[in-house]
Amino acid sequence: METAVKEPTATKTSFKSEEYFINMGPQHPATHGVLRLLLTIDGEIIKKVEPDLGYIHRSIEKMCESNSYQQIVHLTDRLDYLSSHINNEAVCLCVENALELEIPERVKVIRTILGELTRIASHTLWWGVMGMDVGALTSYFYGFRDREMINDIFEETCGARLTMNYNIPGGLMQDIHPNFVKRVKEFITHFRTKLPEYDRLLTGNIIFQKRTKGVGILSRKDAINFGASGPVARASGYSCDVRKHHPYSALEKVNFTEALETSGDSFARYKVRIAEMWESLNIIEQLIDNIPEGDFKVATNAVIKLPKGEYYQKVETARGELGVYIISTGNKNPHRVKFRSPGLSNLSLLNHITVGGKIGDLVATMATIDIVVPDIDR
Amino acid sequence: MTNEALQQTILSWFPDPEFPQPQFSEEGSQYLTLNVEGEQLHELMQLLKNNPETHFDYLFCLTGVDDGKELGVVYHLESTVHRHILVVKVQTKDRENPIFDSVQDLWATANYHEREVFDFFGIKFRNHPNLKRLFLTEDWEGFPLRKDYVDEKNMVVK
Repeated sequence: METAVKEPTATKTSFKSEEYFINMGPQHPATHGVLRLLLTIDGEIIKKVEPDLGYIHRSIEKMCESNSYQQIVHLTDRLDYLSSHINNEAVCLCVENALELEIPERVKVIRTILGELTRIASHTLWWGVMGMDVGALTSYFYGFRDREMINDIFEETCGARLTMNYNIPGGLMQDIHPNFVKRVKEFITHFRTKLPEYDRLLTGNIIFQKRTKGVGILSRKDAINFGASGPVARASGYSCDVRKHHPYSALEKVNFTEALETSGDSFARYKVRIAEMWESLNIIEQLIDNIPEGDFKVATNAVIKLPKGEYYQKVETARGELGVYIISTGNKNPHRVKFRSPGLSNLSLLNHITVGGKIGDLVATMATIDIVVPDIDR
Repeated sequence: MTNEALQQTILSWFPDPEFPQPQFSEEGSQYLTLNVEGEQLHELMQLLKNNPETHFDYLFCLTGVDDGKELGVVYHLESTVHRHILVVKVQTKDRENPIFDSVQDLWATANYHEREVFDFFGIKFRNHPNLKRLFLTEDWEGFPLRKDYVDEKNMVVK
């Protein structure tokens, strides 16, 4: 008599995995604004990330077409609100180049100092939020503590803490506050003692390193192909700092090194931003004692009309290369304004670098891309 | 490469004078500008990117433009090796069904930017893998950045 050995029914293939969709956002804290990600996942492994944009689209480019050149400057604050000063500067430079205005040295130096302060303020906020995204809440308070000092400087000189509107075509809205130089110097001394604290708290932390090293790797070739810029591209070894390659305002006169890394992972992007904060301090130190005397603006016509033609200006914001492209037909309003936002190009590579990873890594990777949604949606 | 040398190199790709030559202009712009026909666009872009002398591997800006009559797309290209910049323009008179070749197979960044142009100008891109609106909702009527767009409810006309 034969005994049939029954095969066990539960073979390996009977535990079938299944792909499914989940929504991340539009109100997820890690998306830093109203961004919705459609995730296709298999268990915890990401198969596809598809951003759904437009929740705060305000059609700024269309609004520009019915506003004067002075008014456009105000709208650019609302793009990447953490780099508002640099955005303002981009439009002003574009208009000034078109009008062939000679800008006083004093204005150039003040613009560069404020631009670098803006960069530090943006990076400190990013650093705090980055830590929070990977579960280290303390960094959030450290970051905001130091950013507060910069906001106070802005408040005194520009009259606002976030949307500055301090630049106007032709120069600055008003002269700097008498306390400006003193307070900036105080900040530099303060921040030079605090940046090593950042390293001690987060950079050297073994849990933090395990979450970021070797995660979300972007090659140099892909960085260029996806149009990446700013710290995201520089962490992959692509030298793209607009301040180096197409210097504007007082950046020609200062010495600084472009922060570059080659590994292209989340940790490299982290290190680039930390290095940039040190470099920004160096730039400010070179300029703060030598602000030239002179006017804080040159007179322009009350109604600015740009000569017929096309004008392009690129600047380096805290997130990367911002391009302002103005097409003028000679009227008081521009015919077409395009803002090449660093955020949209940087976001487009998110799917590429997170597929195959885990959801937790997606959060950490997104934090190192440093997304500001109003900059993407415009 | 200087603008003159760049111009010579690109013109040398079109040895046949019978064939439509690309038109250069430097007027009214700080960059060298190249106007091409829609049919030539993809072939020329491929050459611009892959030729080692030009090597335009970085597409840093892609803009839709409506001049009131013609719809067009403007490509800002930069070479990460030679660091020279070129602007390529393409236009069409067809407002009902404007269509160009997609360049997203050459530069991955064009994927999102072409979707943005489609969203706001209604310009279609041939061979685009996922051509749908990027910012506006799927049921939005019209293309807001066109000059003849009217929306009495949401637009403030000065």
